[in-house]
Amino acid sequence: MTNIKKKNKNTLLEKEKKLGLILLLPTILIVLSVVIFPLLANFWISFKPVSLGDLRPPKLIVKERIKGNLSDKSQIAEIQYRYRNSSIKYDLENVIIKDIIPNGFTVKDLQPARFCRIKLKEITCNLNNVSSRSSGKIIIKIHKNDQWQKELDNPKKTKPLVTFSSKNVLTSFEFNTENFKKVFSASEFFEVLKVSFYYTIFGTAGALLVGLLAAQILQKSFRGRSIVRGLLLFPYVSPVIAVAFAWVILFDPFSGIVNSMLVQMNVIDKPINFFGQKYTDIIIFGYVFKFPLALSMVIAFEIWRYFPLSFLFILARMQSFPEEVYDAAKMDGASPLQQFYYISLPFLIGIMSILFLLRFIWTFNKFDDIFLLTGGNAGTRTFTVNVYEQAFAVSNLGAGAAVAVVIFIFLLTFSLLFMRYSKKETF
Amino acid sequence: MFWKYGLFFSILSGGIWGVFWQIFFTVIGILTLGTPLSLELSQIMIIGPLAGILYIKSQKFLSIKFHLTAIIIITFLIFISHLGNPYKAEDENQLIIFMLILLTSFFIWVSLNHCLYNLSPGKLSKHDIESFFIKFMWGIGLIILILITLIPFYIMIMTSLKNQQSLILNPLDLSVNLNTDFKTLFNSYIELFTNFNFHLFLINSFIVSCTTVIITLFFSIPGAYALARLRIPNKKIFSGTVILIYLIPSIVLIIPLYAVFSYIGLRNSLFGLILVYPATTIPVALYMLRGYFSALSSEIDDAALMDGLSRIQIILKIAIPLSKPAIVSVGLYVFMIAWNEFLIAFMFLDDPSIFTLSRGIMSLNSSEIPQQHLMAGAVIATIPVMIIFLYLEKFLISGLSAGGVKG
Repeated sequence: MTNIKKKNKNTLLEKEKKLGLILLLPTILIVLSVVIFPLLANFWISFKPVSLGDLRPPKLIVKERIKGNLSDKSQIAEIQYRYRNSSIKYDLENVIIKDIIPNGFTVKDLQPARFCRIKLKEITCNLNNVSSRSSGKIIIKIHKNDQWQKELDNPKKTKPLVTFSSKNVLTSFEFNTENFKKVFSASEFFEVLKVSFYYTIFGTAGALLVGLLAAQILQKSFRGRSIVRGLLLFPYVSPVIAVAFAWVILFDPFSGIVNSMLVQMNVIDKPINFFGQKYTDIIIFGYVFKFPLALSMVIAFEIWRYFPLSFLFILARMQSFPEEVYDAAKMDGASPLQQFYYISLPFLIGIMSILFLLRFIWTFNKFDDIFLLTGGNAGTRTFTVNVYEQAFAVSNLGAGAAVAVVIFIFLLTFSLLFMRYSKKETF
Repeated sequence: MFWKYGLFFSILSGGIWGVFWQIFFTVIGILTLGTPLSLELSQIMIIGPLAGILYIKSQKFLSIKFHLTAIIIITFLIFISHLGNPYKAEDENQLIIFMLILLTSFFIWVSLNHCLYNLSPGKLSKHDIESFFIKFMWGIGLIILILITLIPFYIMIMTSLKNQQSLILNPLDLSVNLNTDFKTLFNSYIELFTNFNFHLFLINSFIVSCTTVIITLFFSIPGAYALARLRIPNKKIFSGTVILIYLIPSIVLIIPLYAVFSYIGLRNSLFGLILVYPATTIPVALYMLRGYFSALSSEIDDAALMDGLSRIQIILKIAIPLSKPAIVSVGLYVFMIAWNEFLIAFMFLDDPSIFTLSRGIMSLNSSEIPQQHLMAGAVIATIPVMIIFLYLEKFLISGLSAGGVKG
């Protein structure tokens, strides 16, 4: 009896397992093919000297031309095949060109004779190797024979058939560590590292602090609070491209409002190129500081765009506070600042540390914002922008992939940290 | 100690609010008039504190009549102190200048009323000082927050309505002449839709975003249900992996995706985008929906199982209807991600007839195309998201707070 029950239960469990896996299968497949596979491919590419040009597979271009008149009177004509290796880097191997000569012609001569054979009406030219950028000609002299018919027999009617094989860097098994050497040895590596961490730390902390302030302000109920709350989310929900360009135009050195306003009010003498100037000198008590202007502007944008998110989380957490605690604190004579420091802050510290870690990861991985604001110039090149710069601007895909691998290793470290922390605090 | 007296705080807040509103309305004045106004702060630094003293000394007899009188007095004082020519503006703008000063006084008084209310001029307790300080910071903070949030959007809309000539002549003149006819006012928009294919970009963006939402929901609902309800081996590892995948940025994936999609010829096509987008959104949706499904009581499921429904039927007839709001939130969030996506669209699309809006706006970013076109494009891309946001704010906010750590 119990045995049967157990068996029933087991089959039910089996069925459930199976169904669960079936339901998850499409997700797994899609994620495997578009996330995991590229991730692995990224490692693969990072060990190879691949440039952007290698993505265009090498091709043999063959053009067929007929010399001489094929009208009724003349008897002789010439078919020419001009071929060219389109690649500037790769040789083509085992190149074979085949074509069929129509019935109305007899082949008289075939050049180069070394490579070309004729069998029945089919010409086969085995060219072996065609080195990169080289080209050549195949010439076939033909005569009209008595079967010739004007309408049917045009040699151009059949397209030449081309087969070849070529080396492909992407799929070959040649590896080297040139890309990594290039990425790590470059003097700019430490510059990029420094900028990345500056951007990430100040961007994340700033957004978190402004979010905390905003949440404190909006916690108090007042007329129009829900409108203001919606309003504060605008920067986050709008397309990044729209708001980034709005900032660029706002701070434009020639026609930007901020600059002309500052000049108008005599705060500065000449316009400042906010997103294009690496350093600006700030004089405090006679000391001259080199202030990283463009980087700070990019960080300011980051704070502006992402504080709504921290704000939303912190506000949600604050609204779940037990009201009584504050009442009790007020009864005991705690001042507002004391209430904030001793009650609110300890409540919030959990969610804030989680937010900090998650946002840290995301800010570190941020590409769009910096790319659109400065293009990575003026001392704002982070790792993510460097991926683009290496892969698509310098068109060295391998080096770009190597930078991406570096990013991924950072990401993995941060995520493991996050996983360890988030066990303590659920949200 | 003088700084423990209410009077000191009234002077302090009067001064700061005075300077704040003076700067604010000078800027507003410059933007509406388009003529240079000079920022003069010395007079207001005296008048502001005077207003503060006036407020705190007369707290016993505050009435609407008194408020109005006070505002008029401040306005008068500002006028007199500038010898009748505040902002050093030209004569023909006198009326607007007067309005600006009236507004300045009004807002100074309202701000004082907000943070000095019920404060005695005499010695204050620590509690009073702190609550004054908090009220004061609250007011300043709220205004600055709203301003900083809105200014870029304001610039975006205003620039898009200008024409090239007036922008170069005077970048400060953001006033919009409403007397001009529709065609000149919305010139940039008309231009974008007629000469720059923006109608196509809009359609493409909608196609890509909506398809992404449908595909994402189609795969993530059953997947999330399975993760929330069914007994699957290694469920914990699976959930952890989902979060990890969700954290992988597209910049890490873009090179292989670019290479492979170029090879198989899918790169320059909307189909390619539709293939990639769901893969980035499904983990998010799975993560969010799993949370919602777990929150549903499993007793309903058990009851339905007893009644002979299959798991698929349970998903269709129970889980989906019960979590409709959650699904709407997730759908909207995914729509937002797809609509706003920039990097993949930028790398993949070369052919202008299949540009999405993000890609289309990027093509406007050149020195040959005037700024107001770029801003008009930005407005066009922002409006649909804003409409969704304003109508379905509740849903989107819950979507944001469930999965919004990414972005």
